[in-house]
Amino acid sequence: MTTAISVTDLTKVYGERSALSHATFEVPLGTVCGFVGPNGSGKTTTIRMLLGLIAPTGGTGTVLGESIAHPEKYLPHVGAMIEGPAFYPALSGAENLRVLASLGGFPQSRVSELLEKVGLAERGKSKYKTYSLGMKQRLGIAAALLPNPKLLVLDEPTNGLDPSGIQEVRNLIKDLANEGTSVFVSSHLLSELEMISESLVMLREGKVLFAGRTKDLLAAQVATLVVQPEFSVDLNSLVEIAQRHGRTASVEDGEVHIVADGEWSATFNRLAFNAGITLASLSVTQPTLEETFFEMTGE
Amino acid sequence: MLRVTRAELRKLRRPTLLISTILVVAALTALFTSIVFLRANSGQGNGQRGEVISPATLSSALGLVYGFKIVSFFLGITALCVFASQTAQEYTLGTLRNLLVRQPSRMKILFGKYLSMIIFAIALVFLDAVVAIGTSSALAPHAKVTTSAWFTSSALSLLGRTFINVLLTTLAFGTFGMILGLLFRSPISAIATGVIWSLILETILGGVVSSTQKWLPGQNFDNIAQGGSLTVSYRWSLGISAIYLSVAFGIVAFLFKRRDVAN
Repeated sequence: MTTAISVTDLTKVYGERSALSHATFEVPLGTVCGFVGPNGSGKTTTIRMLLGLIAPTGGTGTVLGESIAHPEKYLPHVGAMIEGPAFYPALSGAENLRVLASLGGFPQSRVSELLEKVGLAERGKSKYKTYSLGMKQRLGIAAALLPNPKLLVLDEPTNGLDPSGIQEVRNLIKDLANEGTSVFVSSHLLSELEMISESLVMLREGKVLFAGRTKDLLAAQVATLVVQPEFSVDLNSLVEIAQRHGRTASVEDGEVHIVADGEWSATFNRLAFNAGITLASLSVTQPTLEETFFEMTGE
Repeated sequence: MLRVTRAELRKLRRPTLLISTILVVAALTALFTSIVFLRANSGQGNGQRGEVISPATLSSALGLVYGFKIVSFFLGITALCVFASQTAQEYTLGTLRNLLVRQPSRMKILFGKYLSMIIFAIALVFLDAVVAIGTSSALAPHAKVTTSAWFTSSALSLLGRTFINVLLTTLAFGTFGMILGLLFRSPISAIATGVIWSLILETILGGVVSSTQKWLPGQNFDNIAQGGSLTVSYRWSLGISAIYLSVAFGIVAFLFKRRDVAN
């Protein structure tokens, strides 16, 4: 088994609306895989199918080597937080975890360990309804970790967390991945995903736009040369030079932006020098995951 | 399945639910039993549907269990509300998906939940019995009721039969609540439908067209606890209740197994 998740032509149709259409992708074992897409693109539908909550209309899939038609075979090794945390408001955080530990047959001693791990040890006895959104989110993560999972499926785990909470979750995911846990995480915080995801699955309108290594996706994007002349009167001349050499260029905020890969920067520097223009700065910017996402999804 | 039952019992023993249910059951039982005994010498109705229960009747073995079984209908309604809310809240809170991830066999979830409800119902009926017998014993001298016949072997055998019958009534109403909970997937809708149907619609229907009493589920459920009535036999009520509940439970179990969990 080399994949944590593998789906082929996975499809879900509600009436005449297709929520997911022939999705095919793999999540390598022991890696962090980001799952991105605009709202309504089919992320949650996919996660629900992987967890046996809804039945696919078509296609096949495996999770930890077992068919998604038999979730009972792999779910004991899967931790999940889907569509945000959901718990019993009248029970304490600890008691909520104990309910799930009883259900899954996990040792009750895991409850205090996990409350400690997610920073809720002091509030474990407080009723869930008194928790802030961030605390609820932490409890959801603790619940997902109850089975000591081989695969962790997290849907928007940083929702409602403050910056330090986001950083803690990021570190937690990294630690789990280092310990060999596969993590499949959906998030709208693309900068966070860029930092932790080795691979990425991108959806739009129920279709897979990209599935593969994050660095392959980013490397395939065209870079931008950002050039600032010593004197702003030379801005338009620089645009003309770039355009004469077949490049797309424009002036933005006192800088010239030229669509070109990094290797062309030396050539452009020489062209500007030959035209008598001194450059105050020249840098190459690679598109971020966020920019790539907007570019690809057209959002 | 036992894991599900253990998990459910953790939820059922939460203080807000447990204490309020204990108080409601104890208060209703004490109230109705007190009415039976305190009005026993008035010559006016002190029993079910205005029936006159004399001190002589209460001095027989029946006196031990009368207060106990008179509350069966309200005990049933309490079970209906608890069973309906415990089932439907999994949908409204979104916790069903957590349960299904930890226990993917939906039938194990359903029957594990049901088993926990049976345990809860047994506890309710036991509480009802203790409060009713305690109240009856305390008020018997005041009502000039002798209790020597209450602790004979035949009285204790009647107590055992009544316990089972009240439990069956409580479970029947509770199962009805659970069915409504699974069907409506909302505690408010399930409880409102169950209570309005059992308390209002059936009472009106049965009162206006008495022949319908034989077919009304709530009336038949309660008739089990009473050991049958002049118009509808115990055996009929037991049979028709079993048929109604088996069919309805079968349908909702099928829906529960097949329906997508999308919230």
